[in-house]
Parts: sequence; C-alpha cells; structure tokens
Amino acid sequence: MTPAGLLRRLLRVVGTVAGIVLITFLLVHLAPGDPVLALAGENGDAAYYAFIRQKFGLDRPLSEQLGTYVANVARGDLGRSFVQGRPVAHVVAERVPATLLLTFGALVVSTVAGVVLGTVSARRAGRPGDLAVRAITLSGDVLPAFTLGQLAIVWLAYRAGAFPVQGMTDARRNLTGLAYAGDVAHHLVLPMLVLALGEVPIIARLVRVGLLEALEADYVRTARATGMSELRVLHHALRNVLLPVTTVVGARVGMLFSGAVVVEVLFAWPGLGRLLLDSLQSRDYPVLLGIFLLVSLAVVLANLFTDLAYHRIDPRLRHG
Amino acid sequence: MAEVELALEAPPALRRRWHPLRVALRLPAGLTGAVLTLAAVAVAVGAHVIAPGDPFRLTGPPLLPPGGAYPMGTDDLGRDMFAAVVHGVRTSLLIVAGVTALSTLVGLVVGLTAGYHRGLVDSALMRLTEFVQVVPRFFLAVVAIALFGPGTERLVVLLGLTSWPLLARVVRAETASLRSTEFVLAAQASGAPALRIVLRHLLPNALPPLIVVIVLSASQVVLVEAGLAFLGLGDPELISLGGLAFNAQRFLRIAWWMAAFPGAAIGAVILGLNLLADGLNDALNPRRRAA
Repeated sequence: MTPAGLLRRLLRVVGTVAGIVLITFLLVHLAPGDPVLALAGENGDAAYYAFIRQKFGLDRPLSEQLGTYVANVARGDLGRSFVQGRPVAHVVAERVPATLLLTFGALVVSTVAGVVLGTVSARRAGRPGDLAVRAITLSGDVLPAFTLGQLAIVWLAYRAGAFPVQGMTDARRNLTGLAYAGDVAHHLVLPMLVLALGEVPIIARLVRVGLLEALEADYVRTARATGMSELRVLHHALRNVLLPVTTVVGARVGMLFSGAVVVEVLFAWPGLGRLLLDSLQSRDYPVLLGIFLLVSLAVVLANLFTDLAYHRIDPRLRHG
Repeated sequence: MAEVELALEAPPALRRRWHPLRVALRLPAGLTGAVLTLAAVAVAVGAHVIAPGDPFRLTGPPLLPPGGAYPMGTDDLGRDMFAAVVHGVRTSLLIVAGVTALSTLVGLVVGLTAGYHRGLVDSALMRLTEFVQVVPRFFLAVVAIALFGPGTERLVVLLGLTSWPLLARVVRAETASLRSTEFVLAAQASGAPALRIVLRHLLPNALPPLIVVIVLSASQVVLVEAGLAFLGLGDPELISLGGLAFNAQRFLRIAWWMAAFPGAAIGAVILGLNLLADGLNDALNPRRRAA
C-alpha cells in the first residue's frame, strides 16, 4: 500500500470509530427515559445521578453533550459499573483475556481444520471423504452455537464425563504453574470446539472451491509435467487458495465475538460474553455500552490488519 | 418515442434469466431446500391449527420425556414442547420475513441509486454500506434492546436496518454492469426518466442473482434472532426457539429434549434456506455446478 493509500485507509478507520461513538451517543439519548439512567444505571442514588449529569453535561445543549461524551470516551472513561462500583474500563478489561483465549483459539482451530477439511474435500471431490467433510461442515452451518454447545454438554460432559461442564478452572483444586495451564486447557476444549465448528464451514468451502479451480490451472499442469511430487503441487496450489482465507479473517472476528457471547453463557466461561449477560440482567448500561464500543473497535482494527496483511501477502497488490 | 421504448422494453434475456429458478427446483439440493422452506412456512402459517390453544398453558406433568401424547416431551413447568416449538418456528419466520422485507428494500434502494448514479452519490453510499457492515450488529442489537426494551417490531427494524449491506453491494455491481447495456442506453436515448429506467429495466434484470443473497441473508437472520432470544432479548409475549433453548440450559442433565427439539427446528429452517440458496446458485452458475 502506498503511503497515501495507507493514510486514506487510516482516515477511514477514524471515521468508522467516530461513527460508532456517535451511534452509542444517539442510543443513549433516544432511549426512552432520562439519559442519565443509561449512563449511570437504574439503581443509582440522587447524588451519583447529579454527578453524572454534571460530568456528561446532561443539562447542556445536545451538541455540547456530544463533545463531552466523545472527550470522555476518548480518554477511556466510560463511567462506572453500577453493580460493581468500579470504572467500566476496568470491569471490561479484566474479562478480555478469557474471551481472547477463547476466540483466538477458535480462530486458529477453525482455520486449520477448515483448510485441512477443504483440501481433503477437494482432493476427493464426489467420493466418500468429500461427502463426510460436507456432512461435518453442514452441521456447523445449520445448527446454532447454543445447540451444538448443549449437545456437547449432554453427550461429552455429562454422559461421557470427558470434559468439565462449566467455568475456566476447577475451583476445588488450587493449582499453579503447568497444572493450572493444563486445567484451563481442559476447560477450554469444549467451548473452543463449539465456537470453532460454526466457523469451519466458511473456510472449508472457500478452500474446496478455490482448490478445485487451482488444480485445473495451467501452472499446476506444468508443475505436474515437470514430475513434481503431488504434495509439492498441492503446496503451490494452496498458497494461492489461502489468499481469500486471509481476507475473511477480519469479517470473522465480529462473528467470533458474537458467537463467543453464546458459548460463554453456555459454559460459564468468565469472559466478555458472560459479563454481557450479567450486565443485561442487572441493567448495568454503562458496562453494556463499554462492551459494544470495545467489540466494535476490535472488529474495525481486525479489518484494518486484514487489509494490510492482504496487501503484504499478495504480490500483485504490493506494488499496485 | 414511446413506441421505440416499448419495442426495447422487454429484453429477450429477461425470460431466460428467470429460467434458473426452474432449474434450481430440478436439482436435489434446490428441491430439498424448497420443500423444507415451504414446510417451515406451512408450520408457521398453520401454527394455531397444528398446535391449537395458548402454547404457554400448562398441559401435563413437568419434564416428561418425548413419547405418547407429547412427541417432544414437556418442559419444567409441564408445557407441551411440541406446541412450543411449532409456535417458536412461527415467531422465527415472522421476524425473518419482516427483516428480509425491510433489508431487501433498503439494499435495493441503496444499491440501485449507487449503481445508477456513480460518482459522489455512489462513493458516499458505499462508505455508508461499509460502515454498516463493520458495526457488529449482534452487539448493537443487544445494547439497543437493553436500552429500548424488547419488542418484535423494534427487533425487525433493528435487524432490517443492519442486514442490507451485502445485498446493496450485489445490486450496485449488477446495476453498474447493466447500466451501459444497449437496452438501457436506448431507454435513456428515448428520454425515459431515471426512475422508470431503474424500476422497469435495471431491477428486473438484476433480480435473479439477488435472490441467492436474500435467501442466505434470511438464514443468517434466523441465527441472529435465535442468539438474541437465547440471551433473553426476545419478545416476552411470543415463544422463541432461542428462548426455549436458554430455558433448557438449567435442565440439560435431566431433560435433553428441551434443548434438542428447538435446536433441531432452527437447524431445519436454516438447512432449508441454505439448500435453496445453494440450488439457486448452482443453477445460476453452471460452472460451479460442474465443480
């Protein structure tokens, strides 16, 4: 990407983020009732409401309020969680690692599984292997995450007893070091697989279609004619097929986060999704707004990095 | 003038471009998808005939496994799961129909306007499209429903206004490519107003490929709606499949049927829509069919 192109792209990111902040501001002010309720929660006392009113300038004209709101958000000041009495930024930030572990794990697992399954499917097009892969991807495609998760809990956790049902660690054991990591990993398997299964079909389909096309291409025929081993041929073809797989990563981050909400609720995984449900039930609006802003920012940045990575990986775009 | 336009009005390609719909129904995937989708619509329309009475009422002993008078068992309060699932499908399709209608309308207006006008209007509309596409609609819906309170109409408006970007992009691409074809140029030369050209000439020709996008987007909406209902954000007046699944969560150890049947119903609806879209897509792109 040229410096000017990069600058334009960054300016668009700033515009998008500004738009998202504007949306949250409008939601707060268009919602029925006093906006102070949305910014401070419904169960605050009079003194706290007065403080928030003053802090966000809620008695000032709307345009001025927008300025105050933007300035507060830009400083990372999203108000206080009414339930926990602590700044929203802290409450949200401490849930990020658990959600990142879950979503990043699912991103890696689903990408690897999708590429492998897509390759098997393309190499065995129309044969039993292909049909088996298509059946697996179909189940990830049509069943909602909560059904996959509930079936996994019933069959793999309760019936087979192979996995823990809930949480991130075993509270009864006080583990440290490697044993602790192992315990977390054991708890992570089911939620991560459930989240990943919903993503596998997209990747597998992209790889299958791309590979079927690539294996017909002239360069593959030439490679085969030179006596190259089938594995190396596949290596060359896959390199080209993986480009579209990279481009969808940005779009998948948003889907992974929303999928993670459901999966975290299912498995009581202590991340942002679990926090989202708790805040919904206790009407902790400041925390809900904070999660929305954070997830939006993550999606915008993921799209930006995908764009930049794409320009680096594809030699045709590198000098374009 | 009018005669010239009339002669060029119905491009011969029009009839042939609708042919894929008939081809799709002859493919196994397309036919299965169409049958499943029609069955879901029939269940939704006839919900009050298939499972008469208030689906919320208590009818039998609680947590009864499937069988006998209760083919899908009963829930923790002794409500018939079969009636609940039937009415859940109805709610789901009701919302999907509303969302699809609204998002199709917005997507068509944005896409046709951008594709026909190009230039500044085009780039402004495409920026807007990009923006809506980036905003995580699931989280936006969660926050909005939390602040505004739940309700079917609100949910439809919210999801409808956030589900159109992909459609708008496809409409724009189709419109832009049709815009310089001879029959459109002829209509322009004969002095037909822009609105007439867009509605009579561009829209019908751009429609077939759009149907695939519309059907796929509908299946996405089914999932989003189910996810929101699972978090308790559905309309409390109506039974929703996601809400049933959330209710099942506390009884997973003893009542698998409370989770399995609502999940299977969602799966069947989405499978139907996806297969239908697959069939249509294969019919429209014969090259893909061969693959």
